[in-house]
Amino acid sequence: MLQIKNLHASIEGNEILKGINLEVNKGEIHAIMGPNGSGKSTLASVLAGRDLFDITDGEILYEGKNLLEMAPEERAREGIFLGFQYPVEIPGVSMMNFLKTAVNEQRKHRGQDPMKSSDFLKMMREKKDLVEIDSNLTNRSVNEGFSGGEKKRNEIFQMAMLDPQLSILDETDSGLDIDALKIVAHGVNKLKSPENATIVITHYQRLLNYIIPDKVHVLYGGQIVRSGDKDLAIELEEKGYDWLRKETTNQ
Amino acid sequence: MAKEKDQDKILQKYTQNEYKYGWVTDVESDTLPKGLNEDIIRAISKKKNEPQFLLDFRLKAFRHWQQMKMPDWAHLQIPEIDYQDMVYYSAPRQKAGPKNMDDVDPELKKTFDRLGIPIDEQKRLAGVAVDAVMDSSSVKTTFKEKLAELGIIFCSFSEAVQNHPDLVKEYMGSVVPYTDNYFAALNSAVFSDGSFCYIPKGVKTPMELSTYFRINAANTGQFERTLIVAEDDSYVSYLEGCTAPIRDENQLHAAIVEIVAKDNAHVKYSTVQNWYPGNKDGKGGIYNFVTKRGKAQGNNSKISWTQVETGSAITWKYPSVILMGDNSVGEFYSVAVTNNHQQADTGTKMIHIGKNTKSTIISKGISAGYSNNSYRGLVKITKNAENARNFSQCDSMLMGDQCGAHTFPYIETENMSSIVEHEATTSKIGEDQIFYCNQRGIDEEDAIGLIVNGYAKEVLNKLPMEFAVEAQTLLQISLEGSVG
Ligand SMILES: Nc1ncnc2c1ncn2[C@@H]1O[C@H](COP(=O)(O)OP(=O)(O)OP(=O)(O)O)[C@@H](O)[C@H]1O
Ligand SMILES: [Mg+2]
Repeated sequence: MLQIKNLHASIEGNEILKGINLEVNKGEIHAIMGPNGSGKSTLASVLAGRDLFDITDGEILYEGKNLLEMAPEERAREGIFLGFQYPVEIPGVSMMNFLKTAVNEQRKHRGQDPMKSSDFLKMMREKKDLVEIDSNLTNRSVNEGFSGGEKKRNEIFQMAMLDPQLSILDETDSGLDIDALKIVAHGVNKLKSPENATIVITHYQRLLNYIIPDKVHVLYGGQIVRSGDKDLAIELEEKGYDWLRKETTNQ
Repeated sequence: MAKEKDQDKILQKYTQNEYKYGWVTDVESDTLPKGLNEDIIRAISKKKNEPQFLLDFRLKAFRHWQQMKMPDWAHLQIPEIDYQDMVYYSAPRQKAGPKNMDDVDPELKKTFDRLGIPIDEQKRLAGVAVDAVMDSSSVKTTFKEKLAELGIIFCSFSEAVQNHPDLVKEYMGSVVPYTDNYFAALNSAVFSDGSFCYIPKGVKTPMELSTYFRINAANTGQFERTLIVAEDDSYVSYLEGCTAPIRDENQLHAAIVEIVAKDNAHVKYSTVQNWYPGNKDGKGGIYNFVTKRGKAQGNNSKISWTQVETGSAITWKYPSVILMGDNSVGEFYSVAVTNNHQQADTGTKMIHIGKNTKSTIISKGISAGYSNNSYRGLVKITKNAENARNFSQCDSMLMGDQCGAHTFPYIETENMSSIVEHEATTSKIGEDQIFYCNQRGIDEEDAIGLIVNGYAKEVLNKLPMEFAVEAQTLLQISLEGSVG
């Protein structure tokens, strides 16, 4: 589904991603871990098409297509979803109007008619139940005045509504209380299918008790320095990132 | 960088075809020569077959205007205007006050059809009566007869002068005297048409009343007057729309709107101002210098102004309310958008005179391109205005870093029992907001539309349904591609 080959990205002349290689297949869950500032969010942004970053080398294939040539909204309509580390507030724009616009753009892209209001409301209700989000939140403006945890839940709710092929969740677990964490993980697991894939970016091994990853990668200094299975996360939890630093400098 | 180039492209695309009302109607007109002097004023008055009192009013106003200087206190760069190089009267030639559709010139009919304002009652807008004004005269007023059954007078100003001279004499200039300001004096001297509306005691208008102003002729100024009188316990919702052709030279529009609201009367006045704003380099466009004022004269009366200002090269306008009656209410809800080289200096004045008077001001400015957008507002609480209340909120949104937003709130309080609250914010339309929308499949144009309409929602919600959708689209069109 997704192939990242030797990806280099920089901002204002500073290279942040220094040759990323990653392959994600349908049905898989990948976890990306790594210290602050190692480039995790940058990778997520580049995948979503944020034009702050210059791609200086490498390529990304998504369903066989050259992802880097696609506009961000096109990528979204083709099924890429980014759960933002810092979701943005849009005052005065209701969640309902926002999501309806988003869902209908996706439908238009697929050659479908806009959704009937009654169907849309029904879908909202179903997905709200699925991710156990409070109705009060979905009646408000997009993220406006939401608490940190509420914003994260709202990301998962939007993911449920848009039913993406490839979800990238950037620290969706940060700022969640333990119950919310379970709910979010539960939501991700329920939305999982053999047809889609998920990349979870996290600092905490604990999330991976609920979302069992097929692969765990460590992003360090703009490169993936190690990949493994879920045990790698446990090892990281015990040893921190220091032992990797030593290893990479030894190499 | 590649990104900037893309934005230039988008910017060009939209600024070049954004104004869709820029065509000209080919119609024969009755036009007076250029220039401004007493002879021209007499000629206008004669053409309109006016009573002596009106000619006297015009001449007094003209003589006063000659003593005045153009105001320079606004945050505007106004090029020198040559008042002698302008036509003050140009009317499409047609039979006076056409009674039925067959008498209306088909070209004029087509014009208003194309503007989305059909003047044919068969095709009418649901629930809206329209006075369609082109250049110096009214083309047609719809639903006149139906409204007359309720005692409502809704007609062109010229017809009111002929058929209801006493009402005109009593109220014209009673809210905005010709001495009020430079442009009010000019208008009082040369005004040619406009709308007149009288709501008798206890009557609630069953439909929206509206005036649609269209400038068509070149080198012509448009000077119209609107007068609305709402007797005790009446209600009227009034809409105003305006457009003009694309021309390289600037054109002057100096209008007056006067509103009188008596005991328990409620007048709601909404404007969607979409005069030609000039091209992306700032060439052409309308100078929109307008005096709008309401007198909430009766106890418990209420006057609400709602405006969506997207057009004009320069806008200078402060719809105001004089709160005379006890418990009277004044409201001002405004969205002003400036793009490219547009300039706007707009706001309101709330003059509290009666006891327990209450005013609300919500102003949302949006500046893009190289434009300048200022809010200027006065809240004045006079000595006897016990327990007066005002709440003002003035927000500015900037798109890009070449534009300016300014706020000039003036507060004068002479009564210590009053409470005046003022809040102001400035924000930048965030690239992160746009990207967030993009990431959900919404493209840049639609994202800007969503964000801007969300920002202006409090004001847009005040518009009558018929206008709300148009206004939302207009906001989006006026700003597309202008993110920097
Ligand atoms: N807009 C920007 N301007 C300048 N530098 C940036 C920008 N965005 C990211 N960077 C830099 O790129 C590096 C990687 O940042 P990134 O946000 O990708 O880290 P991260 O791995 O997600 O960290 P965290 O765990 O703290 O979320 C950091 O050094 C950061 O300062
Ligand atoms: Mg991050």
